[in-house]
Amino acid sequence: MIRRVRIVLTFLALALVGAAPNASASVFNPKTFTLTNGMQVVVIENHRIPAVTHMVWYKAGAADEPWGQSGVAHYLEHLMFKGTRDTPPGEFSRLVAINGGRENAFTTQDYTAYYQTVARDRLELVMRLEADRMANLVIDPEQAKPELQVVLEERRSRVDNDPSAQLDEQMRAVLFLHHPYGIPVIGWEPEIKRLTAAEATQFYKTHYAPNNAILVVAGDITVDELRPLAEKYYGAIPRRVLAPRLSVLEPTPIAPRRVALESEQVRRPSLSRTYLAPSHGATLRPEVYALEVLSEVMGGGATSRLYRSLVVEQKLAVGAGAYYSANGIDWTRFVFSLSPQESVDLVKLEAGLDAEIDKLLKDGVTAEEVERAKGRLQSQAIYARDSLETGARAIGAALSLGRTTEDVEAWPERIGAVTPAQVMAAAKLVLRPERSVTGTLLPAKR
Amino acid sequence: MTLRVLLSLAFLAVIAFMAPAEAGTRIDRVRSPGGVEAWLVEDHSVPVIALRVIFRGGAALDPVEKLGLANMTASLLDEGAGPLDAQAFQRRMEDLSISLSFEDALDTFGGSLKTLSVNKDAAFDLFRLAMTEPRFDAEAVERIRSGILARIKRSAADPDYLAGRLWWSRAFPEHPYGRPTTGTIETVSRIDQADLKGFVARRLARDTMYIGVVGDITPAELAPVLDRVFGALPAQAAPYALPAVAPRAGGTIAVIDRPVPQSVVLFGESGIKRADPDFYAAFVMNHILGGGSFSSRLYQEVREKKGLAYSIGTYLYPLDWSPLILGSVATQNARVGESIALIRQEWSRMASGGVTDEELSEAKDYLTGSYVLQFDNTDKIARLLVSIQLDDLGIDYIDKRNSYLQAVTRADVARVAKRLLDAKSLSFSVVGQPAGLPSTAVKIPGVE
Repeated sequence: MIRRVRIVLTFLALALVGAAPNASASVFNPKTFTLTNGMQVVVIENHRIPAVTHMVWYKAGAADEPWGQSGVAHYLEHLMFKGTRDTPPGEFSRLVAINGGRENAFTTQDYTAYYQTVARDRLELVMRLEADRMANLVIDPEQAKPELQVVLEERRSRVDNDPSAQLDEQMRAVLFLHHPYGIPVIGWEPEIKRLTAAEATQFYKTHYAPNNAILVVAGDITVDELRPLAEKYYGAIPRRVLAPRLSVLEPTPIAPRRVALESEQVRRPSLSRTYLAPSHGATLRPEVYALEVLSEVMGGGATSRLYRSLVVEQKLAVGAGAYYSANGIDWTRFVFSLSPQESVDLVKLEAGLDAEIDKLLKDGVTAEEVERAKGRLQSQAIYARDSLETGARAIGAALSLGRTTEDVEAWPERIGAVTPAQVMAAAKLVLRPERSVTGTLLPAKR
Repeated sequence: MTLRVLLSLAFLAVIAFMAPAEAGTRIDRVRSPGGVEAWLVEDHSVPVIALRVIFRGGAALDPVEKLGLANMTASLLDEGAGPLDAQAFQRRMEDLSISLSFEDALDTFGGSLKTLSVNKDAAFDLFRLAMTEPRFDAEAVERIRSGILARIKRSAADPDYLAGRLWWSRAFPEHPYGRPTTGTIETVSRIDQADLKGFVARRLARDTMYIGVVGDITPAELAPVLDRVFGALPAQAAPYALPAVAPRAGGTIAVIDRPVPQSVVLFGESGIKRADPDFYAAFVMNHILGGGSFSSRLYQEVREKKGLAYSIGTYLYPLDWSPLILGSVATQNARVGESIALIRQEWSRMASGGVTDEELSEAKDYLTGSYVLQFDNTDKIARLLVSIQLDDLGIDYIDKRNSYLQAVTRADVARVAKRLLDAKSLSFSVVGQPAGLPSTAVKIPGVE
């Protein structure tokens, strides 16, 4: 089922960004230009079907919210479907639908994106509508009120009804001592409840402007075809003076932390461990590529170290994996998640995880492990071209973080250049107890 | 013919409301020397190949004392086959970036393969080994079993899972459709290697098999591959039949008390068979009632006007032995009664009044205009090729499908709505602490 307004709490798996393993440099072959008002435009040609995906990305997300208004970026995303000066409420989605289009939107910590996929001859319609709501949104309090209830239901579905999502939210809040990344994108419930149409409007006026946005169009179109349309619809919107992004510096963590959640809604315990880790950000941070390889070596599948050791050999766990996505302007997380065997308690399972981490830090990784991981990551770049939206999402996310298309195109090459020594340097930097939060999920004692 | 040209034609057909002259040429019917047939859409724009196979006969055929057999088999086929033990098999898949998986449904058992075309020979070999020479080594069987048992225990507190089990067990108390496809602690604990081998021998056979292939491969290349991959399967599957059945518990609301802030609700009643002449009218009707994502009546009433849910939807689920129309919603405990009342109200309004001209034409515009968007990815197309064969819709279905929808009239929708929808027959299952709805303390077989 297509649902409007998905929050992407974990960003697009970075593995989706990429190119052919052996190809020189081209993955998506994006073409770019900038409108006179400062809006960046990207075209990714893909002529398999006569359709296009049209996305507008704003370089503003939950991390840009005023203190005390958690969830306002996401609330605004919902309200962007509620009409403008010229388009009555509901009309946007009605027009997209009767033109055979699919649409949605999502909010993250660093950016918010809106998109439609339509037949190529309907592109101009969705550009007109999207440009209209960039400039002329009107938030009617009567429309905004029930939508706040929808957001609260969304929060209940995603978090409050699910103890593992609750644990993850708590762990994130504890991992970030100071940075707003510790606040959930959807917001804390008491603050969501008091959000107002005026606050959403203020967020819109502060951040939604062509010079803070990126247009990405992927599909059956060329840059020459898109340019006049982009100039006509988005080029006409005046730029705004933008406040600089609030700079928040996370202190170096000095103490390991633990979160233990017990719930009547838990029947089987589980364990997870997150580490504060470097992300892509706007500047090149070479260690992120090594961390992607490390994540693959440690927990990337059935032959990864954790699965082989803890599930197959020692039989401590029924599942074990690692996760790392480099998307994020300031920081991101390196995550291990494990589910124990029936007879194994979490203390023993955690000791098993720690033993694997110690072994890694002491004995290092083999050249073969690194080569295998790199090969797997790189071939995902080819699969990424087998759909309309993947390239648009990868490029849009990268540009929203302040990176460049060249940077995305160079991903397979940079993965290919990672050495075992770099993997170990990254592991030693990140996998330190004081950078970690360990979370346990346990059945409530009765 | 390339996919792009094919779909351009399909799209023109949408606009012009007529089938293109080239109807029937876009999909190649490839027949191997040994007589195995596959439908192929050739497309060389990306060097990947997707293959999809479906066998008739799924989890509903699991013996009652071995529930979960189809599911457990699906999880084990890529855990060692032929000369490769589980780790060797997985390692080969990972090193060549091949994805290969199997899954069970109530009426079918399916397999999917995706590979870079440069590795196609190795990928086809792994797929053949998985289907024809699975090992079911004790290590793999016990490891996968413990994972499934853990999942069954975890699910026993999951409101979505419980709402599903509650609905299905009450609708089909004496039919296999009412049983849990993942099995129970007892039945999964009982499954042994002989059961797993027996499942493969009985179900994976050429006469109940439908194959779709999409991507960087020609008909001439594919033909011999079909014999190599599927030729060793037995010619015939074990015969089977299940009784046709209508869902029970109509008109009731069953409640399981769980300490969660939001009640999860499933609802449904009898639907319409895929082969019924009124299926397309029902499909359009469902779109207007609850299928259309942002436009449906239920979405408008429950979400947009009242703010009672984040998502609400309905869908047609034409099972082989019991066609259904099902839906779901989730609302905070205090107000879930309002959601249920609105669903019943919209059910009755559609049954008695049908739809307006505007609703009908907008639904058709969306359903026909968006069809092309299903073809952007090789996996999606491979799935479509197989379901067209499974439902026996004809190799020209992609050309004709939009004309079937265009032919639906207001009278058709009104007739089918009146025939299918009866608010008094709707059965609801609710998990949570819904205000005003007492817990019915129902025991679900296999759930603690």
